[in-house]
Amino acid sequence: MKSNTQLLAQVTEFLSYEADLLDHKSYQEWLNLWTDSGLYIVPTDLNETDYLNTLNLALDDADMRRMRIARLENGESVSANSVGSTVRMMSRVRILEGGDQLVIARCAQTLNELRHGKLVTYPANVEFHLKPVDGGFKIEQKVVKLLHADGFLRTVSFIF
Amino acid sequence: MSELITSDSTCQRAAAMVEEGRVNKALYSDPEIFEAELDQVFNNNWVFIGHESEVPEAGSFKTAFIGRQPVIMSRDRKMNVHVLQNRCRHRGATVCEGRKGKTKAFTCPYHGWGYGLDGSLRALPKPEEYEGVFNKEEMPLESLRWESYQGMVFATFNPNIMPLEEFLGGARKWIDLFMKQGGGYPVKVLGEHRFNFPGNWKIQLENTTDAYHFPIVHKSFVSSLDEATADIFDFLDGEGFVEDLGNGHSVMVMIPELVDLEADLDQPIPERFNELAQALRNEGKSEDEVKKLVRAAHGTGFNLNLFPNVSCSMAFFRVLRPVSVGETEIQHVALGGEGAPVAFNQKRMRLHEHFQGPMGFGTPDDGEAWERVQKGAMAGNDGWILVNRGQGKLRTSVDGNPQGAVCSETGMRGAYRQYKKVMAAGRSE
Repeated sequence: MKSNTQLLAQVTEFLSYEADLLDHKSYQEWLNLWTDSGLYIVPTDLNETDYLNTLNLALDDADMRRMRIARLENGESVSANSVGSTVRMMSRVRILEGGDQLVIARCAQTLNELRHGKLVTYPANVEFHLKPVDGGFKIEQKVVKLLHADGFLRTVSFIF
Repeated sequence: MSELITSDSTCQRAAAMVEEGRVNKALYSDPEIFEAELDQVFNNNWVFIGHESEVPEAGSFKTAFIGRQPVIMSRDRKMNVHVLQNRCRHRGATVCEGRKGKTKAFTCPYHGWGYGLDGSLRALPKPEEYEGVFNKEEMPLESLRWESYQGMVFATFNPNIMPLEEFLGGARKWIDLFMKQGGGYPVKVLGEHRFNFPGNWKIQLENTTDAYHFPIVHKSFVSSLDEATADIFDFLDGEGFVEDLGNGHSVMVMIPELVDLEADLDQPIPERFNELAQALRNEGKSEDEVKKLVRAAHGTGFNLNLFPNVSCSMAFFRVLRPVSVGETEIQHVALGGEGAPVAFNQKRMRLHEHFQGPMGFGTPDDGEAWERVQKGAMAGNDGWILVNRGQGKLRTSVDGNPQGAVCSETGMRGAYRQYKKVMAAGRSE
């Protein structure tokens, strides 16, 4: 396969930027990374791709993303106030499809959360559908496939 | 013998820690009491293990637990449901590790004993060495007694327990009402969320009949709603109530106008359901059907708490499993209609995702409060948890049950009364 190092570099830079915004709770900037029709999805079933007709942990359209961020930011949620911080490590970025209209990329991510002095780790495969715009990208779809998606999770008051 | 005495006395000690209106905090933190509870409350009672729609076809199975004990619910080729101990009769390995699925047989991975969906031992490698030892017919997976009501399957290790319908008693009327939310279609499990929290199982049992916490803990959820919906959730000053239904069961009616989803069908469709209504019209549904489905999509306006491990909570089943004295697993089981319009089931799942599960707008805040209760239970040598709210303002319901205000702790007292009764019964052998 012919490699496209320039595209890989651009995508990697964008994914790192998105991850950095989330770890540093720059949520309003994060909201601007999305297309209007974009979907943020955390499935319960890793084999399922028909997300609309399946129960997910989260399936956020633009309205739900906005409300989720409001909940994290407005100080009314006792669990959101208890999240210390998150640090996510990303690697193994691979371009699965590199078209002019759509770029599909996949990476490995380990998110570490510190809450009430306890460290919790969430390994995941993350798949992005990115729409090239103005020399950059907008997110059309982000699917976070948690390794223990169908197990018993701790509650989550941050964005993967 | 000494162990038996210890266990009996632990049961009595636990029973003594429940007084009318308060319970001792040791009930959340004492490992000995927890072990006694597994025997008395879980192994000795009717315990919810699933809904019949989770095993829809011949060969379907799901796994579940009664306390610590793994069980399998299966449907055989004749469409009969079975509840089996998940333990090979040979050397004791589990024969099924999947969460759910379809299979022709349960095969032990250790020595290859194969069991049918009805639990019968069908085949085993090199059977000749058992000649004169036992016949296959003597070695099925052990079956549990099970009964169901409105598709809800309960199983028990206690062969002498009262029939399920008698145990459910006054709760049956509310289960009937709960099942109207299929919108004219049979209620079906659509999926489930799973999470755990570092706290005792009774903290969850109490929470489902605790309206008092809602505007405090779930303020951020209510803020995320449109004004009309937020008004619906502002129910503490409304006409709701909590009713003790006996045998530890209770119902908490938060939104009285959503008790019967098949009544008041002439009401206008709320704005937030316009998109669903249009999608249903586009599928060719009549206006009457649209109104019925839209009303059913809300879910009911009540939580029905069934002792000890399941709640029919507005629009879903909330199932708890005690793991240890300080850890509990919870399933939030999403419900829809079997054969119902796609748009209806999609809406039900999106509403479920909004509040429920580890990433919902409600659950993480509940989890935070419960974790704090467990931590707080460690403070001090002695201490009491109050469940006496509304104790002095009880009335009698139309069904003749004790009833208090929606934010009273009437349901918790009912659950603890049953807890005290089953713990006090101790072990009789």
